[in-house]
Amino acid sequence: MSVTPVNVDATSKRARNESPSAAVMGRLLSKKATIVSLVLLLAALFCAMFPTLVAPFDPYNQELVMRLKAPAFLDRGVAGHWLGTDHLGRDILSRIIYGARVTLLVSLLALVVSLVIGVVAGLVAGFLGGRTDAVILRLVDMQLAFPVILLVISIVAVLGPSLTNLIVIMGLSGWPRFARLVRGAVLSVRGLEYVEAARAIGAGKMRVMFRHILPNILSAIIVYSSFELARMILLEATLSYLGLGVQPPEPTWGGMISEGQKYITQAWWVSLFPGIAIATIILVFNMIGDELRDALDPQLSHE
Amino acid sequence: MLQYIAKRIVLTIPVLFGILVATFMLTRLTGDPTDLALPSNATEEAREEFRKLHGLDQPIWFQFVRFTYHMVQGDFGTSIRFHEPALKLVMDRMGATTELALAAMAIAIIIGIPAGVLSAYRRNSFTDLNVRGITLLGQAVPSFYLGILSILFFAVWLRWFPTGGRGTWWHLVLPATTLALQIVALIARVTRSCMLDVLGQDYIRTARAKGLSESKVVWLHGLRNAFIPVLTVIGLQVGFLMGGVVVTETVFSWPGVGRLAVQAIYQRDFPLVQAVVFLFALIFVVVNLLVDLAYAALDPRIGYR
Repeated sequence: MSVTPVNVDATSKRARNESPSAAVMGRLLSKKATIVSLVLLLAALFCAMFPTLVAPFDPYNQELVMRLKAPAFLDRGVAGHWLGTDHLGRDILSRIIYGARVTLLVSLLALVVSLVIGVVAGLVAGFLGGRTDAVILRLVDMQLAFPVILLVISIVAVLGPSLTNLIVIMGLSGWPRFARLVRGAVLSVRGLEYVEAARAIGAGKMRVMFRHILPNILSAIIVYSSFELARMILLEATLSYLGLGVQPPEPTWGGMISEGQKYITQAWWVSLFPGIAIATIILVFNMIGDELRDALDPQLSHE
Repeated sequence: MLQYIAKRIVLTIPVLFGILVATFMLTRLTGDPTDLALPSNATEEAREEFRKLHGLDQPIWFQFVRFTYHMVQGDFGTSIRFHEPALKLVMDRMGATTELALAAMAIAIIIGIPAGVLSAYRRNSFTDLNVRGITLLGQAVPSFYLGILSILFFAVWLRWFPTGGRGTWWHLVLPATTLALQIVALIARVTRSCMLDVLGQDYIRTARAKGLSESKVVWLHGLRNAFIPVLTVIGLQVGFLMGGVVVTETVFSWPGVGRLAVQAIYQRDFPLVQAVVFLFALIFVVVNLLVDLAYAALDPRIGYR
């Protein structure tokens, strides 16, 4: 006795004996762009975890005779400094590699903070409904009414730009979006039969929320997390640019751009390369999010 | 309809009040502005006098009640740094900010919606991949970085545009485009995904089956139905735009509210920060209210509950 899948097409034929998650992986890896994104992501993670292995120079080492030297690939460039040096003679490539650590660490942890708060708030609002829902929605509206950058700048300016403060504040800035997303998703599945069935067999509210509803809206959350992480990286870069991120001499990509802006007419490379790093890593997360959306929503990708 | 409008307006009041409380609390957490406003060798009497003058010696709840009372009358207090009414300072710069924001929004809509529609219609085609590529890139490049790059290329190297400041139309081009590119990407992206959903619907097949031209199917039946989420996103972008304005104005030395806000925050100029944040929030709430009402007008399925 064999069970025939309802939708038999090219992909599901291949994936017939695989688990759903393997099928998603299969769809993901069938595109070159995704593979490139994943490779770039792994490279960035490697740089963030083992910068000493990758960086050619000490990122803090100042060498004033070597200040504002052009990248090695230019005629006037200096051998060894592939991306040139900044106004204190520090190697830009090494600083970018070390900078990956701060950016990824802050953004990832901030994402976790907003994810946890937002998902719980959204689940509770959507599932309990009524007055709880109204209060949470009002809070969400209120916070979304603030221009995020202004909010974050003001709080960072108050509390000081320490690593923990940054993570908490950036995390708090993101929760309403998750809450909204999860609430909407919960509302759309709340009335479905399996939820009713779970309730009928006596499952408590917590159990229904976390064991039955949450897994069913997980794919939406995963896709959204990827985009949200890109947003966090952008926020971190902007804060560092405005001088409110992790403080120097710790290298941050936004901070490097800001330092380079003063010398932009004579040494454009100081600002240019960290910006490419920021754009690339954001692009990677957006691409992965896009592909995840298509992969987790087979109906769309088989049109 | 009137009842619906009235209800939506009433619902914004607690939101506005919450914003007011948050703004007030926030700016009072920044520490004592006396230290910043007066020289470090000022006498204790001078400090006391300063606190008294600005009401900083009163209990916090009293400061809040007084603030609300004045605020309702349009009085946000006097800027500690500029010695002028905060509201006037903000309003003086609102014109520059509005000019920048409207120009950016216009550029974004004119480019974003057609790009998203075309990209969805010719899914996975060359156009789609290009639009998606540019969209992704536009979202990936931080606006301050884009601003610096455009200053470098168009102002420093090519000398086509000024590097910053406000004046002629030429001054507007770089900042407005910089600001727009961030929203273009979002609008195109949302238009694309909504159009994809809509184009897969039965009524689109029906429209085709009864022999409508493709352009009518796509632009009338398709876009009209995809438009509501797109409109929401445009409405929500007003908030984003206000954040973007803060950064863009800083990069291009544009004399608007955003730059004023950043300076006010650095200098702990409480009344000014309060005025800016509250006005920004007010604009955002009003725009969203209008978007909601436009919803009801555009989509007959949304009842006037």
